[in-house]
Amino acid sequence: MQDYQSQKPIVLDILDAHKTMPGNLLPILHGIQDTLGYIPPSAIEDIAKALYLSKAEVHGVISFYHYFRTTPPGKHTIRICRAESCQAMNGKALENHAKQTLGIDFHETTSDEHFSLEAVYCLGNCACSPSMTIDDEVYGRVTPEKFDQLIAACKGTK
Amino acid sequence: MVRLFISRDSTALSLGADKVANALKQQANSKGLNIEIVRNGSRGLFWLEPLVEVETDQGRMAYGPVQAEDIASLLDSGLLEGKQHPLYLGDIEEHPFFKNQNRLTFARVGLTDPVDIKDYISHDGYRGLKNALNLQPADIVKHVTDSGLRGRGGAAFPTGIKWNTVLNAPADQKYIVCNADEGDSGTFSDRMIMEGDPFVLVEGMTIAGLAVGATQGYIYLRIEYPHAKIALNQAIESAYQNGYLGENIQGSGKTFHLEVRSGAGAYVCGEETSLLESLEGKRGLVRYKPPLPAIVGLFGKPTIVNNVISLASVPIILDKGGDYYRDYGMGRSRGTLPLQLAGNIKNAGLFEVAFGMTLRELLYEYGGGSASGRPIRAVQVGGPLGAYMPENQFDTPLDYEAFAAIGAVLGHGGMVVHDDTSNLANMARYAMEFCVEESCGKCTPCRIGSIRGVEVIDHIIDNVDKTKNTELLRDLCDTMLCGSLCAMGGMTPYPVLSALNHFPEDFGLEAAKA
Repeated sequence: MQDYQSQKPIVLDILDAHKTMPGNLLPILHGIQDTLGYIPPSAIEDIAKALYLSKAEVHGVISFYHYFRTTPPGKHTIRICRAESCQAMNGKALENHAKQTLGIDFHETTSDEHFSLEAVYCLGNCACSPSMTIDDEVYGRVTPEKFDQLIAACKGTK
Repeated sequence: MVRLFISRDSTALSLGADKVANALKQQANSKGLNIEIVRNGSRGLFWLEPLVEVETDQGRMAYGPVQAEDIASLLDSGLLEGKQHPLYLGDIEEHPFFKNQNRLTFARVGLTDPVDIKDYISHDGYRGLKNALNLQPADIVKHVTDSGLRGRGGAAFPTGIKWNTVLNAPADQKYIVCNADEGDSGTFSDRMIMEGDPFVLVEGMTIAGLAVGATQGYIYLRIEYPHAKIALNQAIESAYQNGYLGENIQGSGKTFHLEVRSGAGAYVCGEETSLLESLEGKRGLVRYKPPLPAIVGLFGKPTIVNNVISLASVPIILDKGGDYYRDYGMGRSRGTLPLQLAGNIKNAGLFEVAFGMTLRELLYEYGGGSASGRPIRAVQVGGPLGAYMPENQFDTPLDYEAFAAIGAVLGHGGMVVHDDTSNLANMARYAMEFCVEESCGKCTPCRIGSIRGVEVIDHIIDNVDKTKNTELLRDLCDTMLCGSLCAMGGMTPYPVLSALNHFPEDFGLEAAKA
């Protein structure tokens, strides 16, 4: 994990940029996660101070939302949809295949730090279930074979 | 110059639309062909995506589903002149799936360049706003009330009544909030509007602002929709540049500002008060009602919270009048509903139609039956909190009241189709599991009830005290139904009880004992 001192100026810049925005905590957290890939636990104190909140309040917000993470993600984040439409098209098989292939469960990162695996509840791609994303790219009608191809392609672009 | 259309819709992208567009561009360039590729919204016939349309003297001709490998043969056989090819579909607007719709809200989706304001205006865009600028606020609200429009997010509350409450609430600041946290599985109509015709939402929100005297709007967009965010921000920027947002809109002296805010993966934030908490930068805990958000909403001010489709239906109502919209539909369900066919269905896609068509007609006539070719066993209508409907309920007309009468919900119009390989006891268990995962935790029936629900269903499936536990499950569902603060806990029993009532055999129960 990176040293927070090197990340701190980035966090302070983001805090400063959102200073006058009403309801700015989520935009700030997004800003930090978009830039650093996660929200360093050490940043909580700086966020709390800037927003006149307690550390507990900031922590409470971060932990409430599935999307925010406080540990660095792998190089690529894979999100597999677990919702009904994907289940109706055997999404469970895709989920199992992904876990087995990557050797990790949801909310974990592979030991080579290449992939993080997350569950997601609907990507709005329900006309082409089962669906998943790799980073910001959506993929539909994903079979286990297609999953393997996508993973291989990701590894190829190290 | 030949104009071609390839969708930028997420689902088209998920099937390779970008690769198709790149291949077409490269190969046309190397052949010295002069083409322009417009990245439009999707027509909504997703089994034909990626769809390529070409503008010819005879109209727009479509080809699909196209993969990048097909481009060479398409160009060779005369794609640019709209000539025959095995993937040739002709005019997509003549396709029965498209032709038999009533596209009011989705009139431009798939037709225009979503982020080109000139294209929007030349296809009847901003006519509603133009009318609204010449009306008194109460008259704008009256058009919406007269249209019979009800909240398309699922609760079906009359939109005009909500607007009127905000109009009559005195305050120095009011807000328009668009609920774009479309988290229900099997739904994607909000996404398609935002990606395929974002200006219609921007226009609808601007009209709402004029109607109630709000000068600031927020679109609370779920984080799972990155492409919608891009399209919305492009449209908003263009609207500002062209004097359709900001101060002195079209020289009227009226002000309306609009901003997109991202959610962070919490399903419960689709509940309006939880959404407001989230917008304020807090945990998405549901608020007690009353006070209603229309009186005490965002930052304590009177606020309209409307779903994307509700707001996107406002421009056509203000353009053509409330009566025009009201003339579609049946009973107290007026206008059209964009239905979404999803899950195990052959022709998956978006079908906007006046209320009143039966579920069976939609599923078989247009949906073409299941994707697997096996019998359709159950359809979950209205998202994760909607009931599972068995085959003997398929003749129910798509109408809020007709659905309510049989203990089902039409909701946001999403339908997830299951064939006969789905186990409904597992789906009931999943409904409780989802509630465990997504409960905001504020009220006990939802927070604890869902955990107990998973346990009890496990006991029933594992054959432990079956009769006793079935009785316990029903009792638990009753507590959740009556005692939860919002629809999360209050409606999780819908899928559970409908599965139990209509598919007792999946729980190892005989019909009479369930």
